[in-house]
Amino acid sequence: MLSSHTLNNKRLRLAYFDCVLTSSVLLIMSTLITSVAQAAEVISIKPAPNLHIRTLAASCAACHGTNGNPINVKNFTALPILAGLDTQYFITQMLAFKSGERPATVMHHHAKGLTIDEINLLAIYFSQQKRISGISPKPQLLKADHE
Amino acid sequence: MSKSHPTFDKLDPLNPSANQHLLNRRNFIKSLSLGSYGLMANGLIATGLLGSQNAMALASKPPLGHVVIIGGGYAGTTAAKYIRMWSLNNIAVTVIEKSSQFVSCPVSNLVLGGSKNINELTFGYDLVQKNHGIEWVHDEVTGIDTVARKVKMARGEISYDRLIIAPGIDFMYESLPNLATEEAQQLVPNAWKAGWQTVNLRKQLEALSDGSIFVMSIPKAPYRCPPGPYERACQVASYFKAHKPASKVIVLDANAEIISKKALFTKVFNEMYANMIDYRPNSLIVEVDVANKTAKTEFETVEADVLNIIPPQRAGKAAQILSLNNIDKRWCEVDFLTYESKIAANVHVIGDSVSSGLPKSAHMATSQARVCASAIVALMSQQQPDPAPVFANTCYSYVNDKMAIHVANVYRYDATKKIMLAADGGGVSDKPSELEASYAAAWANNIWSDVLT
Repeated sequence: MLSSHTLNNKRLRLAYFDCVLTSSVLLIMSTLITSVAQAAEVISIKPAPNLHIRTLAASCAACHGTNGNPINVKNFTALPILAGLDTQYFITQMLAFKSGERPATVMHHHAKGLTIDEINLLAIYFSQQKRISGISPKPQLLKADHE
Repeated sequence: MSKSHPTFDKLDPLNPSANQHLLNRRNFIKSLSLGSYGLMANGLIATGLLGSQNAMALASKPPLGHVVIIGGGYAGTTAAKYIRMWSLNNIAVTVIEKSSQFVSCPVSNLVLGGSKNINELTFGYDLVQKNHGIEWVHDEVTGIDTVARKVKMARGEISYDRLIIAPGIDFMYESLPNLATEEAQQLVPNAWKAGWQTVNLRKQLEALSDGSIFVMSIPKAPYRCPPGPYERACQVASYFKAHKPASKVIVLDANAEIISKKALFTKVFNEMYANMIDYRPNSLIVEVDVANKTAKTEFETVEADVLNIIPPQRAGKAAQILSLNNIDKRWCEVDFLTYESKIAANVHVIGDSVSSGLPKSAHMATSQARVCASAIVALMSQQQPDPAPVFANTCYSYVNDKMAIHVANVYRYDATKKIMLAADGGGVSDKPSELEASYAAAWANNIWSDVLT
């Protein structure tokens, strides 16, 4: 299943590599880049900024809040704060969702659709986000002139 | 960009032409596009729509240009916020929206079930405007000039470098002409855009005596929120079960089968609401007798005590202005890397109006909005957009007041087919649960926070 998800688009790989390079997490680079040869090939071309991971990460906001800072609702199960989360913890949990090792109601449906590269880069992206308290908009009375 | 100019406060809010002279002299306005932008700002100051602080931001030159967004729903508001965030406020954004309030369609079926009130789903735009420096124009669009790049409104016009159209859906009353008027919709509400029709439908349900019949219809797919009608049937049945247990829910579905979360809804209909929900597939509504609350399909005539017809739908009105709805004259064809229309250059379409083959959900609308926002920021900064976008969609449905189910998928751009396709590994809940209702509440609160703050 993995191979069908592993993106073989060269331009995309450039984008991943850029994120790794600019992430100042070079130490774990070897675990993130599956092939050294691949990385070498990438260096010679100037990569675009990593829009791919930023947009993907932002689609998690519906449950995990803007930039991974969720609103936790009183009396309801709290959702994990992804902002500032330890990269290794994020990767371990996502891989456990992906393999089915960690049981889930929803997260396995997302983890299984992501590539290993994407999980690694999401880990870096979220670890770099600042933890702040999310704000809720205040409910209002529906006005008479509304549709 | 919004750094204030000390002389700006001396501008006379009641005399736009004098202001224009001042602005010209100070050489604030250079390009044609920004020039009209400044004129617009003055026009708005004059009509009292903008405070001087906002006018300052409008009249200063946005380094990367100006994006106008028509529609402040899930898609349009998300695009506005993320363009501001991701351009580091270097792109000016103006949203044109005719409503002054945001009423959430997601969760609105719970108003029919009675566990939520419409006022819990109604919000203002003040926080998202203020936090991200978004201009907001409370007006209705009357025309779009793609050559001059101008949007015409009832009370003025505004120039854009790029335009995003996020108008949601429009109802097609051609096949159901009896339902086209406001009076008819008072008697037979669709309640498919959350608002007063939702409140009206709830009131009609409350007024029923036990042993009554609620009839609802579902149009052929595609329509807004695929699981929504089935969730609605559950919500009304949940209310009946607790308060009017001899009542019935008849679902007239134009589709051949339940089109979303089928196994789960089938089980819930048969077990949780056995002998209460009567689901009838292949039941296309051909005529509605509004006064007698009767719906006619090709095969039968069904009488109701409360009748809820969800009409067929197409791209919202603002998308129809430029005939962007080129697919079946209903939905808009776009490039899935940028959401630029295939019909008009520099015009992007996002949300329910898009022809994508994907569920028309709020989460999907926000995901499309972010891909579009990211691409627009890239294009306006002379960069390449992401060549292979990937995003997630999670959609919850409440089966009663305490339990929910979901469908979740990751979607990837397919470079060969040039469309977004569901990745392997997505799927639905095993069974309804209270834990998922808790997650559904978290989903709603977080998407509201993401869109509106």
